[in-house]
Amino acid sequence: MSDLWRLTAHEAHEKLRAKEISSVELTQSVLDRVAEVEPKVHAYITTTPELALQQAREADQKYASGTATPLTGVPVAVKDLIVTGGTRTTAGSKILENFVPPYDSHVYQNLRRAGAVMVGKANMDEFAMGSSTEHSAFGPTHNPWNTALVPGGSSGGSAAAVAAGECLIALGSDTGGSIRQPASLCGAVGLDPTYGRVSRFGIIAFGSSLDQVGPIGRDVEDVATMLQCIAGHDERDSTSNPEPMPDLRHYLGRDIRGMKVGVPREYFISGMEPGVKARIDEALKTLESLGCEVDTSLSLPSTEHALAVYYIIAPSEASANLARYDGVKYGFSDRSGPTMWDNMEHTRAEGFGNEVKRRIMLGTYALSAGYYDAFYLKAQKVRTVINDEFNAAFAKYDVIVTPTSPTVAFPIGAKVDDPYAMYLNDVYTLPASVAGLPSISVPCGFSEGLPVGLQIIGKFFDEGRILQVASAYEAASGQRNLLAGL
Amino acid sequence: MALTSEEVLHIARLARIALTEDDVQRFTAQLTAIVDHFAALAAVDTEGVEPTAHPLPLSNVMRADLVSASLSQRDALANAPLTEDGYVRVRAVLE
Repeated sequence: MSDLWRLTAHEAHEKLRAKEISSVELTQSVLDRVAEVEPKVHAYITTTPELALQQAREADQKYASGTATPLTGVPVAVKDLIVTGGTRTTAGSKILENFVPPYDSHVYQNLRRAGAVMVGKANMDEFAMGSSTEHSAFGPTHNPWNTALVPGGSSGGSAAAVAAGECLIALGSDTGGSIRQPASLCGAVGLDPTYGRVSRFGIIAFGSSLDQVGPIGRDVEDVATMLQCIAGHDERDSTSNPEPMPDLRHYLGRDIRGMKVGVPREYFISGMEPGVKARIDEALKTLESLGCEVDTSLSLPSTEHALAVYYIIAPSEASANLARYDGVKYGFSDRSGPTMWDNMEHTRAEGFGNEVKRRIMLGTYALSAGYYDAFYLKAQKVRTVINDEFNAAFAKYDVIVTPTSPTVAFPIGAKVDDPYAMYLNDVYTLPASVAGLPSISVPCGFSEGLPVGLQIIGKFFDEGRILQVASAYEAASGQRNLLAGL
Repeated sequence: MALTSEEVLHIARLARIALTEDDVQRFTAQLTAIVDHFAALAAVDTEGVEPTAHPLPLSNVMRADLVSASLSQRDALANAPLTEDGYVRVRAVLE
């Protein structure tokens, strides 16, 4: 078995372009790796080996004819809420267990146009609701660094596939931390773009004012390359940003001397593990040694309210978005009862898992008569307060740096019956999500043998700046292309 | 702030989710524990603050009204649990 699966996407592209390897060889290496480790990791809901080899053959033709681009022939994992025409797309739910989409999402269209190779559809918490991938109807994904632990979530399958070498790079989606937190827990790089940067056309909806698709990869350059591929205006999404994405390569490998870095003191709370704090403190020293002005006096006083704001707004939007699963037009359908309402209620009782039911009911409650003003409207107003605090901070700082997660990966089963304890995993990623700001998690060392992530938050549409800081930090720390020793 | 089991049943009915008795007990306790944490928002001063519906300064975005390709009837019905004569078959809505 060849070791080609160990390559990053940009390393593979160089070798493909130099005709040192073919995409078929590379893809076969990744498929062999999947066959070897997937029984231990379970990163995928569906694997697509035949499609992958066909796409690899097409990619090799592109290299032969000189029409290849950076992701041509590169094996990719695609989160299973990204609609892929002809390939089953479940969103991790029994209610979509047999759903084969008749069309492609914007991001999958772009991947196909680039000639990327799809290895399979990555496991996830059902409808992206969760922080551990335990809420998948298809069973949990295991963290490649220690398979008794969770990989984080909801894009846990994507992050685990990257860390286990079951793909070179992956697509995830982030609503409140679902790219950055699993990237952190699996030792990968994960980027949540500015809201509006990547079209949501063909992304199975959870919280429509929060959802964004983004890359998870083994280094910063790969993540920039994937973001470049999927970003851009799409008139099929009315929240798609009309401005074109700048060339992100210009931001990589540049020095960051004089960059103003704000570190909000509200993120250094009692729930943070000492091992995580130690790695973050070291990372801040590294940024200083690179010439950044690191200021730890920044205060974002409403940080603590982001969790309540998020867990009112996202479930409210979800309760509306998930009303479409009624067993009539597509998806699981229970027709055993005597009336239409019986059918609908039992279709949803049988088709949805407990976390999805909890969030639909939470959202229904927050939107219901008598509670709308106290919960939903209030949360939308506090959202404005959080946004204003970020805007004021960005008048002074180029980026804001925090931990990505208060803890390293935790055992499977530890929090699954305590919803609020599970929600606290996202306490550091929720504020940037609520504000719609771009943010990236990069590996910054290990605690107790498990990866720790550093989060870098940027201004609106300033993905370039967070990639620049991430790239300089990665070069100084040497924390890249981390593959778990399975 | 505690939710009652009647409230949970009411919400579940609005959301069209059938619940067992065990479900009602479990969700009543869990939803109460979650909603308890929302109470702190009341203390935030939002006098004169406009609500944020989504993060971007975009509104009423329209595309050009042009005819373009759409799904065929066959593709649109391919995932439907029951079809008849090119239609989705549903239970009687009116009794």
